[in-house]
Amino acid sequence: MGNRRSRKRRSMLYIPGNNAAMIQQGGVYGADCILLDLEDSIAPGEKDAARILLKHMIPSVNFYGAEVVVRVNHPDTPFGHDDLREIVPIQPDALRLPKIESADDVLRTIRLIEEIESAHGLPHDRLTVHAMIETAVGVENALSIAKASPRISSVTIGGQDLAADMGISLEKNSRGLDYASQRIVMAAKAARIEAMDTVFVDVDDEEGLREAARHAKEMGFTGKAAINPRQIEVINEVFTPTEQEITRAIDVVSAYNRHKAAGVGVFALHGKMVDAPVVARALHVLDLADIDPETL
Amino acid sequence: MKTSIGTEIPEFIDKKKGRGRLKPFEGAWTRLQKGWMDEPTVSLPTKAKMPHVSKMEKDLKTAIEKTGPRDGMTVSFHHHLRNGDAIVNLTIDILAELGIKNITLAASSLTSVHRHLIPYLEDGTITEIWTSGMRDELGTAVSMGKLAYRAVIHSHGGRARAIRTGELSIDLAVLAASAADEEGNATGCHGPSAFGSMGYAIMDARYAKQVIVVTDNIVPYPCFPVSIEQTNVDYVVKVDSLGDVKKIASGTTRITKKPLDLRLASLCAQVIEHSGYMENGFSFQVGAGGASLAAAKYVNETMKKRGIKGSFLLGGVTSYVVELMEQGLFESVFDVQSFDAAVSSSLLNNRNHIEISSDMYANPFNCGSMINKLDVVVLGALAVDVNFNVNVITGSEGTIMGASGGHCDTAAGAKLTVVVCPSFRGRIPSIKRNVHHIVTPGESVHVIVTERGICVNPAYKDLEARLKKAGLFIRDIHDLHDRVDKLTGVPDPIEYKDRVVAVIEYRDGTTIDVVRQIKC
Repeated sequence: MGNRRSRKRRSMLYIPGNNAAMIQQGGVYGADCILLDLEDSIAPGEKDAARILLKHMIPSVNFYGAEVVVRVNHPDTPFGHDDLREIVPIQPDALRLPKIESADDVLRTIRLIEEIESAHGLPHDRLTVHAMIETAVGVENALSIAKASPRISSVTIGGQDLAADMGISLEKNSRGLDYASQRIVMAAKAARIEAMDTVFVDVDDEEGLREAARHAKEMGFTGKAAINPRQIEVINEVFTPTEQEITRAIDVVSAYNRHKAAGVGVFALHGKMVDAPVVARALHVLDLADIDPETL
Repeated sequence: MKTSIGTEIPEFIDKKKGRGRLKPFEGAWTRLQKGWMDEPTVSLPTKAKMPHVSKMEKDLKTAIEKTGPRDGMTVSFHHHLRNGDAIVNLTIDILAELGIKNITLAASSLTSVHRHLIPYLEDGTITEIWTSGMRDELGTAVSMGKLAYRAVIHSHGGRARAIRTGELSIDLAVLAASAADEEGNATGCHGPSAFGSMGYAIMDARYAKQVIVVTDNIVPYPCFPVSIEQTNVDYVVKVDSLGDVKKIASGTTRITKKPLDLRLASLCAQVIEHSGYMENGFSFQVGAGGASLAAAKYVNETMKKRGIKGSFLLGGVTSYVVELMEQGLFESVFDVQSFDAAVSSSLLNNRNHIEISSDMYANPFNCGSMINKLDVVVLGALAVDVNFNVNVITGSEGTIMGASGGHCDTAAGAKLTVVVCPSFRGRIPSIKRNVHHIVTPGESVHVIVTERGICVNPAYKDLEARLKKAGLFIRDIHDLHDRVDKLTGVPDPIEYKDRVVAVIEYRDGTTIDVVRQIKC
């Protein structure tokens, strides 16, 4: 757990919150984020066991720098309040709030979080929130959700639940979620936060996963969830800038640094105009590639 | 007395056949520097056969009786039938029925199916074993002291050496083949029980005083390709079955889907990529185990990406390794042992897929075996220690359950030896302060890859620098060991009795370690 704002979030590995062996190994596969689940992957009879397990394991397990996110149950379920009561005090990097449908919805949960934080003398700015949009109403309210609170660091699309809500089936290469995805991505961009894509369920289809990840990247998602550690490498690879992209970004930022010293804001590089947005994009690529622009 | 790596071994074990005195391990390459070795080279047996006199015998018992079995004899076998083998058990059954006692069983390796032999350890039919490995109940029985004398655990190269120098003098070799003719030309490449290379049988056929070829498939003369030559064969026997065909002719070895193995394999491939040894013309060997074989998949992808073409693939061969050659990534495959039946057809039909003997593969006492030209090898481990020593023979309870195989041979030969090993299995740590038993000395291991970090042998600083520069997570092995101990706790030490039940030979014939009888 650590500096959450500047970290990469290319891949997020789902791990059921009641599986101690998987939690303990979660950090070794190279995922940028680990999602420890208390919601859909945990049967009602196992909810309390999973919650207790996470409460003890999160502070003691080495996740090797991955962002640790806990998906809690919605406060309207019988488990949501207990989840918050146990998990908020241990302050993982983030909480993922499922089935968010409106700004009020997410703000209500954030108020609960802050009440618990206050009771434990914890600050209100360490734990961030991922708002998970999984219903048609949520999609239509994406922008207000994304902008509801500065504590929201990411909006995500819950593909399976959303497909169910829309009454569609998710076949390979289906485009039924494209509108929802674009709307959620645009809301995230407008709010200057991240957007995480849904899971790809066929763990044996590496090429299908690669294609789905590429599509997500093209749409503007910053990363994609994984349901099996075998999926992480492909996702990371797709969301990592290519050598060509990195070279181009280095050229742009190097040229920008030179022109900035001369007081020039817009210039041409290899015959193409470079202005502030192009530089911002190049800086983002360098960030994803772990290159410090100051060193160029 | 102590070996050069600090293992404590006795000077004498027992005096059976005058082989009681042990020579301590002196270093991975120390003895080889001599060039001309003191050990003798035994001459091949001189025999004659009359023209047009059949070598065929009606059954194995008749053939064995003709070889003149006697108490104290050494009987050898190969393990190319894997866990489907019925020939070792059948042969020993016959010898026991004939009342032969005090047999030295010299099988290139022994598998689970050989648990059948345990009563023969108890009644004195078998009193000594030479093998690369033992599994399950048989390994446990030996560890519990049921063998009258000690077992010798050798490497594949070490076995070839021991046969050539006469240290392992074979009276009778019973060699199973999936096809043979009436003169004894034999192969494992075709037939209903095809199992591939007969690499471990070739030295036995050459040097054994008497040789019986056993097959379920007699073909018209001459049988080819000629893995075993008729000039070495005394008798030929047709049997109904060599064993369980499903286990002999096991299909294609598939790449594991286990996430942890794949993670290890991916890290291993990154080590190889950035080691400086992956370049055009490099040679490569991987095992058939989960993470080792999966490493080949990632190496394959990297080679394609970087446009690299390798030279030869060596060793135990899987169908995936054959695919690498067929895809044009490597020129040739040199095959001492085929791990799956799918390899057989390649061995039969592809002239770049070449069967080799264990002598050619890894014998340290000849003018250079192929492991001397190996660039990169990926190996597994049951446990490793902070000095990079590797145990592939005994499990967490101290009993014999694995195999030496070509581990120490290839580690000694390769420019880059990568050992892949999860940092713990279940709740048992695999990274130890001291391994229970050493098969491969740390000086011949360059890198240990675990899911919790990559450890580079401090003797190879340049390699460490290259891997660090590539951004790999390199950590000190003591640090990793401490972390793993914190996760798993430190297991209680195993209690042994004084009696030595197995000698672990290094490939040059020195003793690198001994296995003592467990207290139970």
